Amino acid sequence: MLKPIQDVGFVGYGAYIPRYRLPAREVARIWKSDDEGLPIREKAVAGLDEDVVTMSIEAARNALARAGIDPSEIRAVWVGSESHPYAVKPTSTIVAEALGAVPHTQAADWEFACKAGTEAVQAAIGLVGSGMARYALSIGMDTAQGRPGDALEYTAGAGGAAYLLGPAAESMAVIEGSYSFVTDTPDFWRRANERYPEHGQRFTGEPAYFKHIEAAAGALMEATGTRPADFAHAVFHQPNTKFPQRVAKTLGFTPEQIRAGLLVPVIGNTYAGSALVGLTAVLDAAEPEQRILVVSFGSGAGSDAFCLRTTGALLERRQRAPSTQDYIDRRTEIDYATYARYRGKLTLE
Amino acid sequence: MSPAAGFGAPSGIYVAGVGLTPVGEHWELSLREIALQAIEAARADAGGLRPQALFVGNMLAPALSGQTHLGALLADFAGLRGIEAAVFEAAGASGGAALRQACLALASGMIDSALVVGVEKITDRIGPAVNAALAGAADADYEAVQGITPTAQAALLMRRYMHEHQVPAGGLAGFALAAHANAVDNPYAIYRRRLTAEDYAGAPRISDPVTLLDAAPVADGAAALLLTRGEAYPPGAHRPAARVAASAVATSALALHDQPDPLFLSAAALACQRAYAQAGVGPKEIQLFELHDAFTVYAALALEAAGFAERGQGWRLAADGRITRDGLIPISTFGGSKARGDPGGATGVYQVAEVVLQVQGRAGPAQVQGARLGMAQCLGGAAATAVTHILTRDDSARQGSDSS
Repeated sequence: MLKPIQDVGFVGYGAYIPRYRLPAREVARIWKSDDEGLPIREKAVAGLDEDVVTMSIEAARNALARAGIDPSEIRAVWVGSESHPYAVKPTSTIVAEALGAVPHTQAADWEFACKAGTEAVQAAIGLVGSGMARYALSIGMDTAQGRPGDALEYTAGAGGAAYLLGPAAESMAVIEGSYSFVTDTPDFWRRANERYPEHGQRFTGEPAYFKHIEAAAGALMEATGTRPADFAHAVFHQPNTKFPQRVAKTLGFTPEQIRAGLLVPVIGNTYAGSALVGLTAVLDAAEPEQRILVVSFGSGAGSDAFCLRTTGALLERRQRAPSTQDYIDRRTEIDYATYARYRGKLTLE
Repeated sequence: MSPAAGFGAPSGIYVAGVGLTPVGEHWELSLREIALQAIEAARADAGGLRPQALFVGNMLAPALSGQTHLGALLADFAGLRGIEAAVFEAAGASGGAALRQACLALASGMIDSALVVGVEKITDRIGPAVNAALAGAADADYEAVQGITPTAQAALLMRRYMHEHQVPAGGLAGFALAAHANAVDNPYAIYRRRLTAEDYAGAPRISDPVTLLDAAPVADGAAALLLTRGEAYPPGAHRPAARVAASAVATSALALHDQPDPLFLSAAALACQRAYAQAGVGPKEIQLFELHDAFTVYAALALEAAGFAERGQGWRLAADGRITRDGLIPISTFGGSKARGDPGGATGVYQVAEVVLQVQGRAGPAQVQGARLGMAQCLGGAAATAVTHILTRDDSARQGSDSS
């Protein structure tokens, strides 16, 4: 188990989900698929003027509003994504500049498929827990890519969350322990200069998603001496509706325990933002002194698991910014043609 | 050897051991490792016998694993370096073709023992690559180039069959339901769960009128058989012997459009006639039939070609519940390709291993009561190759005497 010298927690958190929604039935209409058994109801789509930079800034401002600290006190701005607008040039410096965290800070972008954001949280726990920084900002945000006609197009959504890591005493939720589990498993990838990712179809399930989440969750619960019943809520990475439901059942969690954080049916898979934006919805609804288990999954492959305990500060500070549900309710439905335009699926020479 | 219809019948060839491995998505195992498991199981079942030759049945390794030359590879990996070994390919009938070659070699008297292994490693590749490789069983110049796949061929046959013979919607459901019910008892099956008529009716269409539940799951697997000539049969085995009573191969036109009557599987009929003649039996004596059910329509057509039903009536055997293990003609007694799983070129070896277990009374909960004579038939492509074997229980060979 990973446990820093000084106790660390989330001093602030913030979600961001863009307003546009593409129903899965609309994708099915274009690609002539059955309406039966669609993986989600609809996914969130970024608008023409949005990308991982702008969305990260939105989420980070919400986190800072809840934390109530001066942005110049932030010692690291780390953004995990697989949709960084630039291949070379950091997202994080633009975000740090916009927040007012520059210049006395570090900044870098993280890449590990869907767990880039939680990896940035692990690193921030180390930075703050070692005493090198008082505050570090970790963000998981994506405008995920799905090749037109591919199974991923139904679910590849947009959104994510920002977390300000700081001293446990100031935290809305304290991190009791964390754990990471990683192997070389090529279940999903996008090679340099490719526009859309490829995946191993059914190989993305058993040997990838389920193996890593079950291993990480199991190891962390064993190390912390906890059982599923000890957690009020649990959040698992959400590539579709079925996977988190099934892994929860396998690990011994009830549907009620994952209900608050299961957003994939209405926003899609937000990749590096998926587990983290599920957690913002849980923090919006949780009571003080409740345990929460969060387990991400990133293809390639690995999982980060976190055992959290909420504090009394949660109730007082969470009203300072829009809730995750506020963003879900802010909904404009679009058709496939509009989606194709917004996401640059049409290229005109 | 007694000549039968101009074709020699096998004499004194026994199955001394069978080795089965679970059919499934074995992402953690390579082709050679899967084959090794089957080979070791068969050798253990035969009392550790070291074979003189290895006959490999495989269809997809060149396309999906970039691997030819499986004879030397598997012989070496199985600790049999030095023995004679080669691979035999006849699409989905590859396993049967390898067994046929082993029978020929044993019957020639040039070897006394042979190991047959059917192996397929598919799940290292996905979607288009697998479909393209499977389409290689069709006529590349005239069919595959147009984009036809085995599923599309089955759809053409199924639509025509249902039209010609007034088969109602869901008329072929019985094949899928019976196969799944039988697989519940098979620890090597990929799908050990029952299906309901509602499941079948609600299954998504993958190539109209073929639905997901008309199609067998293509998956990894390996099965092995250790064969001996009578005089080499290892003594002291406390079980009835399984003797190869017939071994026959026939071919037809590769392309579906070159078949004068696509709904009559002429190669399958010919291979069965030759096998019946060799064994001196007819369909009435056959107590179970492991047939080609990669798609439900082939099961109906195979029953008709083998003489268990009139033309156009094969589907009624399933609809009327006469193909179950206690029925008139039990088929797919371990689940068949539909539910045990379809490991391509290994399927023919699985089928014969399953018939061997049945006639020896070793089939456990899958046992067809009183089975002494069983038949296996694998088909390649749209039934352009058919390989039929008949196995019989031979109590007289229990102590190792050549009684044939």
